[in-house]
Amino acid sequence: MTTDWIDIAHLDDIPRQGARVVATPAGDIALFRTFDDELFALLDRCPHKGGPLSQGIVHGKRVACPLHDWKIALDTGLAVAPDVGCAARFPVRLTEGRVSLSLTPVADCIDV
Amino acid sequence: MTRMKLVLVGNGMAGVRVVEELLKAAPDLYDITVFGDEPHPNYNRIMLSPVLAGEQRVEQIVLNPLDWYAANGIVLHAGKRVVRIDRARRYVEAEDGTRADYDRLLLATGSKPFMLPVPGADLKGVIGFRDIADVETMIDAAGRYRHAVVIGGGLLGLEAANGLKARGMEVSVVHLGDWLLERQLDEPAARLLQRNLEAKGLKFLLGRHTAELLPAPCGTRVGAVRFKDGDEIPADLVVMAVGIRPNTALAEAAGLRCERGIVVDDTLQTYDPRIYAVGECVSHRGVAYGLVAPLFEQAKACANHLAQHGVARYRGSMTSTKLKVTGIDLFSAGNFMGGEGFEQIVFQDAGRGAYKKLVLKGNQLAGACLYGDTLDGAWYFELMRDGTDVADFRDKLLFGRHHIGDSGAGGGDEKTRVLSLPDGAEICGCNGVCKGDIVASIRANKLFTLDEVRAHTKASSSCGSCTGLVETLLAATVGGDYSTAPSKKPLCGCTEHTHDEIRAAIIERRLISLPEVMRALDWKTADGCNKCRPALNYYLLCAWPGKYRDDAQSRFINERAHGNIQKDGSFSVVPRMWGGLTNPRELRAIADVAEKFAVAEIKLTGGQRIDLFGVRKEDLPAVWRDLTAAGFVSGHAYGKALRTVKTCVGSQWCRFGTQDSTGLGVKLEHMTWGSWMPHKFKLAVSGCPRNCAEATIKDFGVVCVESGYELHVGGNGGIKVRVTDLLAKVETEAQVLEYCAAFIQLYREEGHYLERTAPWVERVGLAHVRARVVEDAASRAALAERFRASQQYAQIDPWRQPDAREFAPLRLPSNGIERSHPQPEPTAAA
Ligand code: SRM
Ligand SMILES: Cc1cc2nc3c(=O)[nH]c(=O)nc-3n(C[C@H](O)[C@H](O)[C@H](O)COP(=O)(O)OP(=O)(O)OC[C@H]3O[C@@H](n4cnc5c(N)ncnc54)[C@H](O)[C@@H]3O)c2cc1C
Ligand code: SF4
Ligand code: FES
Repeated sequence: MTTDWIDIAHLDDIPRQGARVVATPAGDIALFRTFDDELFALLDRCPHKGGPLSQGIVHGKRVACPLHDWKIALDTGLAVAPDVGCAARFPVRLTEGRVSLSLTPVADCIDV
Repeated sequence: MTRMKLVLVGNGMAGVRVVEELLKAAPDLYDITVFGDEPHPNYNRIMLSPVLAGEQRVEQIVLNPLDWYAANGIVLHAGKRVVRIDRARRYVEAEDGTRADYDRLLLATGSKPFMLPVPGADLKGVIGFRDIADVETMIDAAGRYRHAVVIGGGLLGLEAANGLKARGMEVSVVHLGDWLLERQLDEPAARLLQRNLEAKGLKFLLGRHTAELLPAPCGTRVGAVRFKDGDEIPADLVVMAVGIRPNTALAEAAGLRCERGIVVDDTLQTYDPRIYAVGECVSHRGVAYGLVAPLFEQAKACANHLAQHGVARYRGSMTSTKLKVTGIDLFSAGNFMGGEGFEQIVFQDAGRGAYKKLVLKGNQLAGACLYGDTLDGAWYFELMRDGTDVADFRDKLLFGRHHIGDSGAGGGDEKTRVLSLPDGAEICGCNGVCKGDIVASIRANKLFTLDEVRAHTKASSSCGSCTGLVETLLAATVGGDYSTAPSKKPLCGCTEHTHDEIRAAIIERRLISLPEVMRALDWKTADGCNKCRPALNYYLLCAWPGKYRDDAQSRFINERAHGNIQKDGSFSVVPRMWGGLTNPRELRAIADVAEKFAVAEIKLTGGQRIDLFGVRKEDLPAVWRDLTAAGFVSGHAYGKALRTVKTCVGSQWCRFGTQDSTGLGVKLEHMTWGSWMPHKFKLAVSGCPRNCAEATIKDFGVVCVESGYELHVGGNGGIKVRVTDLLAKVETEAQVLEYCAAFIQLYREEGHYLERTAPWVERVGLAHVRARVVEDAASRAALAERFRASQQYAQIDPWRQPDAREFAPLRLPSNGIERSHPQPEPTAAA
């Protein structure tokens, strides 16, 4: 298997404890940067009612959806209990300060 | 000794109550396995109505979270439906093949909504009202469709209708009977209820017979309901609430005797003595119950038998009824219709919306039906259950318990009446908890909060309608401590400290950034959560104006994007209109912006200004640029901040106006705009006591009178309406401005984050506010001065300095796709 990496941005284009939206033909992807500079990418649609996850508050490895406050785990895309659901994940990597993204979702989310 | 195996089928209210009781009585007797076909831990089904109405959230109604099962060594198979019981080999089997052996089996499969067997009942959008999934379906439909039809005007139907209405749907209730709740109310009471519900916007179709559900044109979803007489009404969602049927399929297939429900004896054993059954699925002495109080009594007896104590027997229950629609109180029990051989005492005051009817047989109370004032319901219920001879006080019976007896507490308010109840008076009907038990437990266990009382006594933990009574008892028992108890609550799960402790530490230890606060106060998480970060950001901003650098990432999106996020991810834009005034130039500028950016909808807000809806986030900076060029600043319609200053016409034009209310409103808004607060803050100025600007439900309201200005504080027109308290009366506009600044600053310095002025004033007391703002001139001047100083840094229009990273999306490069082999862990990089 190979991965199609697309160079997207510099790390500093994404606010720490924040996110940027990446507009793609397949829909918006939310690119998150945590407090300790880990990067994660999820489809920008909350499994609850499609809220834009990129607009939520990022804390730890979670984001709180801005619409109804579901918490989504950034590393798995899963909603934190008691909520149930899953947002598709995309591979991200950081090389020499540059962030690249793959548009092929990690195939472990049943809800896509 | 190896333990016996107990298997519970049905992870609902009755079954899990047995397990709870059993763990208390004989914690080591069984290895317990629970099957539940819902994918959730055990939750309070009763509270689905408030969840539907938006008054509670699903996570608040969980009774036993997953870690409770783990902590008690219970194996939970959530989301697995048991399809077979092998009584010979003593195991059960779930749909997916999971098996569990048992020595004792407990069936608590509840019941199922009865679906009218009419054509179209299988269309999409036709549901019952039973579980979380149904509520989710309803909430989802409310967001997308308009017309809801509820079939059935019983308790469940009305609660569903009320919830759907609260979610914004147009709701019609179709009912076969001639009046609502005919099993709980007589006709006069039902008419009062109907009138109240109609005032909330519900429609009723009584005496109507549903014949068919019709699909929407070209679809599989329901579109209309047709009645026997041929009439049709539109329906995008149909909720059937015509009754429930005990869920006996599994038991029947296993050959257990069932009549209306699974037949059990007084020890809750079925015809197979190893198999017990409790809850709505059983038939005990010919009765199947549909309320939790009797089921909890069953659970007690059943657990006692399973624990091999063998003394308890269940002998049936008498039930009473309440409706959980906020603002509507009704109670009924026993034979409230009367009839041959019965006498009635009736009190009716249609104007006040109150109705009471007591039914007597000889010298005993046989039934009661109360609407409006239901505080005495529990007492009547007791008299009925105990068969008390009421001859001695029959003349006073209708007026309630506090009018008889020797307590001497004739007072009419709820508090006095609760306190005058005897220890044996039942407070919580669902769990059968008496006043004496609650008071004793509060004392013995040193309880301070409602949650603690719930945990220790179970009172108020089911349908919640006795919460007010329990709170009154709590307040009376712990006295002054109760009011300070909530502040012992930590700010959130990341810390042990309370709001007040954190605010004090910020000042005393001169903490001036989020990481410093978290470090100094031993935060349990590395970077907080979405509860504490916005609070800390505000506390720091308030403590160190001009010094603290605002942390945008710790603000809710609305405050980061300076607009309100909408359900579709777009934003709304509300420019400030000082005191509600505008002019042709401003209106033209707004019109131009609306056209240029194809704004989806323009609406006048309840705050006297204009809202532009559906703006794309990336367009926001450009929209603001145009508005700013026309002289507008942000209206902060999104912020925990000063919102609007509502004004009326005032002496300028109005024939009643006593002062220039509009002009004063504009001055107040110029002084206060931009200020960040613990929660949103609204002002109003009315030109005379007719109060057209509704100043007496605002955080700070001014009512002009001939001789000056009345200043009112702590009002709220939102979820829980609260009328203001009169703070002071002053004579000049300059005084109004000074008092206002001082009041705001006191609130800014003392309010807990997300606490509006109404609860804050109630927490600290009006006397405290008066002492700081009215009685002590030096304190007032100092507060007002601190407010003005912080406004220097706050009155910077956020629309003038958008952070590009917030608004512009990243785009894919036109080339630049690189192929490589997969990384070991592609999602994370440091
Ligand atoms: C736009 C407006 C409705 C309208 O079309 O008229 C409005 C819209 C919202 N209100 Fe409101 N409220 C609006 C006037 C009111 C009023 C009436 C008033 O101010 O005179 C009230 C009752 C008065 C009061 O606040 O005491 C009001 C009580 C609430 C509440 C309940 C607050 C409470 O303390 O109980 C909320 C919920 C909250 O703040 O947590 C709320 C929340 C909201 C939110 C912000 C919901 C949210 O968080 O997204 C709504 C944003 C809608 C959107 O998509 O943009 N809105 N809201 C009004 C804006 C006024 C303005 O010009 O800024
Ligand atoms: C919206 C609503 C409001 C209500 N309001 C009130 C009120 O105000 N006051 C009041 O007293 N009562 C009220 N009730 C009724 C009360 O909730 C019920 O009486 C109570 O929940 C019944 O408890 P139970 O354990 O018998 O059934 P349930 O709580 O329904 O539990 C049964 C569980 O068993 C599961 N199950 C069924 N078959 C299987 C199987 N084969 N395998 C695995 N699992 C299975 C079901 O999915 C369910 O989770 C209300 C009910 C509803 C729906
Ligand atoms: S604008 Fe206010 S009242 Fe209307 S739906 Fe939104 S929050 Fe509710
Ligand atoms: S859409 Fe995300 S929580 Fe509702």
